[in-house]
Amino acid sequence: MPATDLQPASPPMAAPRARPFDVDAVRRDFPILSESVGGRPLVYLDSAATSQKPQAVIDAVSRFYATGNANIHRGVYRLSEAATAQYEGARQRIARFLNAPDARSVVFTRGTTESINLVAQSYLRPRLKAGDEILVTAMEHHSNIVPWQLVAEATGAVLRVAPVTDAGELDVGGLEALIGPRTRLVALAQISNSLGTVNPVQRVVALAHAAGVPVLVDGAQAAPHLVADIQALGCDFFACSGHKMFGPTGVGVLYGRADLLEEMPPWQGGGDMIASVTFERSSWAAVPTKFEAGTPDIAGVVGLGAAVDYLSALDRTAVAAHEAALLRYASERVAAVAGVRLVGTAPGKAPVVSFVLDGVHPHDIATILDADGICIRAGHHCTQPLMRRLGVAATARASFALYSTFAEADALAAGLERVRTVMGR
Amino acid sequence: MSNLSELYQSVILDHNRSPRNCRSMADADADAEGYNPLCGDRLRVWVRLGAGDVIEDVSFEGIGCAISQASASLMTTTVKGRTRAEALDLFTRFHDLVAGDPGPDAPPGLGKLTVFAGVREYPSRVKCASLAWHALRSALEGGTPRPHS
Repeated sequence: MPATDLQPASPPMAAPRARPFDVDAVRRDFPILSESVGGRPLVYLDSAATSQKPQAVIDAVSRFYATGNANIHRGVYRLSEAATAQYEGARQRIARFLNAPDARSVVFTRGTTESINLVAQSYLRPRLKAGDEILVTAMEHHSNIVPWQLVAEATGAVLRVAPVTDAGELDVGGLEALIGPRTRLVALAQISNSLGTVNPVQRVVALAHAAGVPVLVDGAQAAPHLVADIQALGCDFFACSGHKMFGPTGVGVLYGRADLLEEMPPWQGGGDMIASVTFERSSWAAVPTKFEAGTPDIAGVVGLGAAVDYLSALDRTAVAAHEAALLRYASERVAAVAGVRLVGTAPGKAPVVSFVLDGVHPHDIATILDADGICIRAGHHCTQPLMRRLGVAATARASFALYSTFAEADALAAGLERVRTVMGR
Repeated sequence: MSNLSELYQSVILDHNRSPRNCRSMADADADAEGYNPLCGDRLRVWVRLGAGDVIEDVSFEGIGCAISQASASLMTTTVKGRTRAEALDLFTRFHDLVAGDPGPDAPPGLGKLTVFAGVREYPSRVKCASLAWHALRSALEGGTPRPHS
């Protein structure tokens, strides 16, 4: 595309304007996007479940195994030292990417779910007494509900739930009203996986901190869309997953405030996380190694490092503009299909279009779209309480990423017309 | 597309749009819930048994996709008037139809239920087709909801 044709002439010496986002060039970085399904080009609209991987990530993982594989941290030979350097180097770059104050505050986990469970078990559980309260929102993923229920059940603490509106927005006033003297933690998603709603996390952090309550942010959906900035959010814990931000599956991140991580006991015991071990007593390694028992997913961490390098090299402002335009367009196209109702219409959204189609169950929508090579998700999206709140049993969800195109939104709309035909609606 | 039209046959679409015996039953002898935790679909099946363990009446209510609704509806029309043992045997054959090793012929004696043969091509939808049958079996075996495969 002749990008410069679309821009007004810049005055001399002005800062160079961002080039329009070249989605075709980005798509060439993701080999799977050239695949076909049953003879039709793949239309992948399930990036909120897991994102596709750029060649740079695939190569980094494969190169590590082909040329760099050794266990980390205790090897005295050069190959192991090089593997350690790759692993710890990735930690540095991931910390910078998330704007964490210190790479030592970045713990590698298996993913967002494990990160949240770590905080629930190691940070919160020892602090909870019967009657204490954990505050979540009605739009949380099960992974930001169940870990808190487990510690609540064990301690007699209570889970409180901040309300969401019919449009799928967080009711911040309602959340504020639930912060009380017994609140021990607020845990919320930065972006709803089911609806795409972007929550005002900074405001929630300010409200919670004013009451002396720490905040955990589930950043699983935010990391691939927003410019992650832990220091700007001001949160005490931040969790995200590699596979949703163009990295490998099986690796994730927990950021924790340094003083809190220092106080927290280890969650799992094993190799690597110790300072010394005797049968009488063991002592722990320093943060973050204290929380990384056993051989971690070294190649996964290296791959996640490559993923944040890939994202950092993109013009994130242009990416955000592309995603916003795509969300607007896809929402209009889908809503224009007869019988469709969008579910989740907050003004601030990531590119997620959740919807129901009159008289057709989301599973049937997904099966029929699949015949056209279109991958969407159907069901409760691991947010059963949110579905109940919004009065739907399930939704169909098309979720877009930086590599998604307007043509794919067109394909989705055309596919939905075919769903209506097949189902006789 | 051919697979798709085999899955969404007109009989299935008809039973989805106008499900038969879709009601609760006040005088049931047993009932049981079928629940698919993967998708959240849920339905309840009621049965009333007469002399000789004959299913005098059977009904269902619930939410689900076209496959699970049509399957529940066709199940009720098929097992009504049959004995408990016949209904359980039918379930085994139905399960073979939608999830068993593909053979050249459908298991015998399934009648209209053979419209679900297309489900075999969609492994993620097998549970949709068998949800009501699992609930029926639970009801016939004492009404205790049990996890289904």
